[in-house]
Amino acid sequence: MGKIVALTGNDAAGTAMVQIKPDVVAAFPITPQTELMHKFADAVADGEVDTEFVLVESEHSAMSAAVGAAAAGARVMTATSANGFALMWEIVYIAASNRLPIVMTLVNRALSAPINIHCDHSDSMGGRDAGWIQIHSENSQEVYDNLIQGVKIAENKDVLLPVMVTSDGFILSHTLERMEILDEEDVHRFVGEYKPAHTLLDVDHPVTFGPLDLPDYYFEHKRQQVLAMEEARRVILEVGKEFEKLSGRGYGFLEEYQMEGAERAIVALGSTAGTVKQVVDALRERGERVGLIKLRVFRPFPKEELLEALREVKVVAIFDRSHSFGSFGGPLFTEVRSVLYGSDISVEVLNYIYGLGGRNISLEEIEGVFSDLQGVIERGGVKERINYLGVRE
Amino acid sequence: MSGLKGWREIPIGGLILDAGNAEQYKTGSWRTYRPVWDEGKCIHCLFCWIYCPDSAIIVEEGKMKGIDLEHCKGCGICAEECPPKEKAIEMVLEGEGKGV
Repeated sequence: MGKIVALTGNDAAGTAMVQIKPDVVAAFPITPQTELMHKFADAVADGEVDTEFVLVESEHSAMSAAVGAAAAGARVMTATSANGFALMWEIVYIAASNRLPIVMTLVNRALSAPINIHCDHSDSMGGRDAGWIQIHSENSQEVYDNLIQGVKIAENKDVLLPVMVTSDGFILSHTLERMEILDEEDVHRFVGEYKPAHTLLDVDHPVTFGPLDLPDYYFEHKRQQVLAMEEARRVILEVGKEFEKLSGRGYGFLEEYQMEGAERAIVALGSTAGTVKQVVDALRERGERVGLIKLRVFRPFPKEELLEALREVKVVAIFDRSHSFGSFGGPLFTEVRSVLYGSDISVEVLNYIYGLGGRNISLEEIEGVFSDLQGVIERGGVKERINYLGVRE
Repeated sequence: MSGLKGWREIPIGGLILDAGNAEQYKTGSWRTYRPVWDEGKCIHCLFCWIYCPDSAIIVEEGKMKGIDLEHCKGCGICAEECPPKEKAIEMVLEGEGKGV
């Protein structure tokens, strides 16, 4: 039996790590991730875990140490935020390309400049093409649950990809929340023992990791990564179901909230989904046909599930907490609109860029978006496709 | 690129599962300069063997026997490390090798 506790997002992630007991953790502190590693470092110092905790001099080294340890056959975890993730960049790709199932919490924070420590998704979206599975969390419970599932997804022999679990900086990382943690033995049984097929330390079966790969084979290895992401779709669902048996909390690619008969919908990632739910409930009380699609998994992108969820919707607003400057809309918008094009679903798609640098999004603003969507239905056309929500003119 | 394997046939992540298979990869064609060894001058100190980054110095029973030109990349370290009094290895431009 688990127990009900009050934890911040950082404590929730730290607790998950303590229960998973990774062989190696390498990390460098950065706000707002720092407390997460404090929590884990306490457990190391107190002898609760026998993890090899590597204190490095930069995030580039943190991910490098993680890659080395994972290639040596260890179960490896780390965590970072924003500029720390940016500094890891080179090695983030190498972790995925070498097929090393490292699990990392990314406590979302805006990338500099101007320097800012608060939440947006520019960091994780920057890493969207690196080959990592990317799982977003609405609250601390999901941060905890996603990390535990993340280990099992990453290490599946058909997947073998690193997993990034996000946690909205400060909004989740530093906010105390009621949640349930599982018994440590249950977590252990769930994630099981990691037995990689090939490791650097298996001297009886010597292998080479990370060799030169020229035009004659590089493309083939990239094609394998595509397959791994496709396999991950099945594994994410299997692990989600198995986790439901253990915890009572089931997970898929997305959550449809009040989508029954919804004509207007919002698609959002992370903690904002919780705020949208409150607005949806209030509007439903008034008889308005509105709903929310909370996207949990961004990589691999859940094309089929999203199309199914949008089948009856007339107009949908895509919430992007990051921007791709010069592109036609934010990264979530372009992705959603791309899967809709050529499908048999006819739905107007609007984009709302919001919350950059930790700018709060209010209930009234979300209600205003639903009003905009109503306007599109009544007018039968879109005035502004790409909108900036909450920026001062 | 016929004869090369497809993406389903190779180990994932660029892993090489056969130990020591770098030998199968011939790098001799990378050379611009070729080391030319003068057996008469050689004192078999084996400095060249110690320093060669490509294990391209052939040694048998403690004696220098020649250079593996299928793998030598022509870096010239052997000629540099060869004792100055002997100068038993000389680097010559490929195509201008004397008697080799």
